[in-house]
Amino acid sequence: MIIGNRKTSYLEDEKILNNNYKKAFVFGMIALAIALPFFADDYTILMASLVGIMLIAVVGVNVVIGYTGLLSLGHAGFVAIGAYSVSIIHNLLGEWGVPDVLQPWLALPGAMGVAALIGILVGLPSLRVKGIYLAVATLSANFIIIFLIEIDTFSQWTGGRLGLTTPDPNFFGWVLDSQREVYALIAFCAFATILMVQNLFRTRVGRAFIAIREKDYSAEILGVSLLKYKLTSFAISAACCGLAGAMAAYFYAKVLPEQFELALSLQLVAALIVGGMGRTMGPVFGTIIIVLVPEILKISMGAMMGSSIEAAQLRAPIQEIVFGGLIIGFVLFEPLGISQIMDRFFRALNRWPFARG
Amino acid sequence: MLSVADVHLSFGGLKALQGVSFDAAAGEITGIIGPNGAGKTSLFNVISGFYKPNQGHILFEGKDVSGLKPDARAHKGMSRTFQNIALFRGMTVLDNIKLGCHTNLSANVWSSLLYFGSAQREELKARKEIEEEVIDFLEIDHIRKAPITALSYGLQKRVELARALAMRPKLLMLDEPVAGMNREETADMARFILDAQARFGTTILLVEHDMHLVMDICAKVVVLNFGKQIADGVPHEVAHNQNVIDAYLGQAG
Repeated sequence: MIIGNRKTSYLEDEKILNNNYKKAFVFGMIALAIALPFFADDYTILMASLVGIMLIAVVGVNVVIGYTGLLSLGHAGFVAIGAYSVSIIHNLLGEWGVPDVLQPWLALPGAMGVAALIGILVGLPSLRVKGIYLAVATLSANFIIIFLIEIDTFSQWTGGRLGLTTPDPNFFGWVLDSQREVYALIAFCAFATILMVQNLFRTRVGRAFIAIREKDYSAEILGVSLLKYKLTSFAISAACCGLAGAMAAYFYAKVLPEQFELALSLQLVAALIVGGMGRTMGPVFGTIIIVLVPEILKISMGAMMGSSIEAAQLRAPIQEIVFGGLIIGFVLFEPLGISQIMDRFFRALNRWPFARG
Repeated sequence: MLSVADVHLSFGGLKALQGVSFDAAAGEITGIIGPNGAGKTSLFNVISGFYKPNQGHILFEGKDVSGLKPDARAHKGMSRTFQNIALFRGMTVLDNIKLGCHTNLSANVWSSLLYFGSAQREELKARKEIEEEVIDFLEIDHIRKAPITALSYGLQKRVELARALAMRPKLLMLDEPVAGMNREETADMARFILDAQARFGTTILLVEHDMHLVMDICAKVVVLNFGKQIADGVPHEVAHNQNVIDAYLGQAG
């Protein structure tokens, strides 16, 4: 029995941060994210931004894979759609003479909307197939999207293989033209995305997703339309990835089609597995690990082997091995990922010193 | 309330149901019995919409629902439990029961994403109703936060009933609610079924092998054997029907 845990209303009982340590952790993270641009160096800002961009995408992947239980390996395609749509919409709006201040307010929802629509299209096979077959179907969607971006027919809009120069958004007359400024936008969007997706799973919509993951026929009998909710899940997920793509477009000076190939899809899934599927904090922990592991490798290998060309050549394969090892290790020993470890930690902390575990 | 009209169902050459017809009266308990493989669960799957009958109709409150998918039938007020428990094992008891309320809630994607406001009000209202109407009623308040995997078989069956009742169904279909239970658990479950009928006025359709239970609580019994309907009527009548005795015990000589 856990003591010191009395609730006197259903409102209190329905709260997510039901433990002071969790509360401290989350608010600490928010405070850190706000304070970061004021004291951190450029490298830290770069890393934090990369984590933020990927986090938004992984939160989206979590909706489809973690909560709805539909294995998708094509989410990098949606990130690409977001990155390209936002740039193309900015360019078009610029041509039509829409003022700069209005552009991001149309381009961001526009990019997310386009990504969501493509997401619904890509999600259609999920109505017929499950598991590995769906993974293959979504995987091919990823390749088709990259192919369409690279093809000459559309290169006047997409820039083809050479990539597309991306705009600097203007928010309330403030042009975000440095990485530090875009970081603030990314951090805001990341927190907003996590919060909103978390909210989803406190209501009937999110519960319907989980029901589909757990037992689809049982969900149907309770009135959950598989058609509607599977496609909704894909749409929300793709919209998140689209937002991540848009952030990437704002953050980098240029986007290239090769940034959004299979490797990114696998990275998103790897981050989710390491962090914990179907958990709110899963994407957060997973993304931090997946983004920081290559950096730690770079630093530690640099220290061990110096900055020779051989060391640099060795780094890429070792990085793949470490990723693979992480995924295998977590699937075998901690299928619910780091968030499960953290849950245990917080539970133990909450009971300490009266009980263990 | 519910009419099954001349339903035929076959899988390839196997005739699972051949011309089953009966009515379930509103507010009463109708039992469906028969030896193993008689087609009872197939009939349930036809009524709840998982199988499309080759011939015949399902009428619910006077309307033909044969063309509707299971989720659309749920929205009309049909609810069921499964023979092999079909709870969501990764979720807590409370979340399972909340899913039972799915058709009664109205939050859409946008209000869910925002949560604070209409979605939160609706959730808290649903929570209160679940606590007061379902959890108290079925005496499962001590396990509301427990994961399904931690519960005994009897409790899981009770939670599945709770989930089906949370929908406030007009028709409740129970597929072997007391299979594998001991006497005490069976008596508890019988009490809950009767209480649910009395309290919510639910029409109940019951598939069960426990003859004592069926004979005690059903107002009407339908007997199936090899997909054919061999008898229907009040329990006392059916128990003395020669066809039924033959089906269960085999013909003499």
